[in-house]
Amino acid sequence: MSKKYSDNKNKKYMDIVVPCIVLVAVLVIWQLACTFSLVPSYMLPSPVRVVKAFINDFDLLMQHAKTTLTEAVLGMVLGVLLGFVSAALMDAFKVVRQGLYPLLVLTQTIPPVAIAPLLILWFSYGIAPKVVLVVLVSYFPIAIGLLEGFESVDCDLIFLLKSMNASRWQIFWHVKFPSALGEFFSGLKIAASYSIVGAVIAEWLGGFNGLGVYMTRVKKSMSYDKMFAVIFFVSAISLILMAVIKLIQKKAMPYKYIRKQDE
Amino acid sequence: MQKILCANNISKSYGDKEVLKDINLTLDEGELVCLLGVSGVGKTTLFNILSGLMKPDSGEVLLKKSYSNDERRKEDIDKEYDTESFEDDFLDITGVSGHISYMLQKDLLLPHKIVIDNAALPLVISGMSKKEARDKAASYFERFGLSGTEKKYPVQLSGGMRQRVALLRTYLCGNSVALLDEPFSALDTLTRASVHEWYLKVMEEIKLSTLFITHDIDEAILISDRICILKGQPAGITDEIVIDEPKPRGQDFVLSDKFLEYKRRIKLML
Repeated sequence: MSKKYSDNKNKKYMDIVVPCIVLVAVLVIWQLACTFSLVPSYMLPSPVRVVKAFINDFDLLMQHAKTTLTEAVLGMVLGVLLGFVSAALMDAFKVVRQGLYPLLVLTQTIPPVAIAPLLILWFSYGIAPKVVLVVLVSYFPIAIGLLEGFESVDCDLIFLLKSMNASRWQIFWHVKFPSALGEFFSGLKIAASYSIVGAVIAEWLGGFNGLGVYMTRVKKSMSYDKMFAVIFFVSAISLILMAVIKLIQKKAMPYKYIRKQDE
Repeated sequence: MQKILCANNISKSYGDKEVLKDINLTLDEGELVCLLGVSGVGKTTLFNILSGLMKPDSGEVLLKKSYSNDERRKEDIDKEYDTESFEDDFLDITGVSGHISYMLQKDLLLPHKIVIDNAALPLVISGMSKKEARDKAASYFERFGLSGTEKKYPVQLSGGMRQRVALLRTYLCGNSVALLDEPFSALDTLTRASVHEWYLKVMEEIKLSTLFITHDIDEAILISDRICILKGQPAGITDEIVIDEPKPRGQDFVLSDKFLEYKRRIKLML
């Protein structure tokens, strides 16, 4: 057992080290390519310049990030609520599922970029159209995740609760909902990355504040170092958001992270 | 001994396929009856009908009225049943669930609940507060050999321990009759032997009237008072054999000639 344990530890260690080495290698090659002028500097700024641009514009970036994060988190919370309600309804009533499910899939074939201008037309340039777009993109993975979770519950468990004379609500609360938590969190992680991207896209197309607005401004002034800085910043925010969700998941589902009993 | 559960002329088919035909079965109070039959003969269907989860095509399931669940949440498990009310009526519980405790084939513990909440689940379902239910369940942990596991999650328990939790949960459903569907089939042989021994001891103490399914002849002879053979297609109860041996029956009995004689008779019946 101890050997297996140390193997696991070793594997975990390698899981972190290997990608780090690759990342550093890419950065070094990139920096060298710029230093030796293999690529014109106005087209591709060196990593060092990107970092400098990030530090110089730090305050401004933070201010814009606040707006983007507010939109993303607000949209996600609404998306979760909406996703939860519709998944529960689809699970409880077959007819709701029959009516809603194809519609849901259909809406996912519409690219967010295409509806963002419409949303701005309807809800003006404030925070509202961004939040709506985030709701639209985050709703789907959550609704589908939860629905699949509800449906994957072992029938025998439901039989067992029925034999105890449990009501539908009790079956939902004690069995279905907890069993769907894993799928819910998987959906939430996808929704988190979608929601940041969704907010940024909506900001591109019109607004006063937010990282998307900052992006269009630096693009117009051709400051590609700042452009790269904000791109990396956006992906960093997505990663942090996903890490936070993972943390919440660990708190909510401690039993998933317990090592199994060795027999 | 008085009858506590009667199943009369139960028949059931799935589509064109007749599964059960004219099953008649009775269970006395405190009795442990085993349903023995090959896999797929319809034992689980019969249990689903007895527990009220499924309706038979014809026939009825009757439970002695004074043993129906509402009046008899067993506060004191050592209390003897009231034998005065011999005359009272039977309640028709065909297709009505909640009167009989049912333990399905798998242990079916909820992975997200700690052991004590898993055991206390039927109490919570019946409307007891979480704290009260935990307290009540906790008082049985020692007797069921589960002390110290209260705050653990099911994944942290071994197969044998999980089975005990499932058994405690079944018991806490509080009904006088329990149906156990192959309760020990998931355990390996060694664990099974120790769980049998423990189970017989607990059964002595809690005096639950039990019907249980197995396809293991040794197991059936070791723990039951009476064995019903379920056979055929559609299946019916073709034979019955009483195991007239004092309990608990230990390893000596398993190796005795009597045991082999029972086994030989049952093999012929199957």
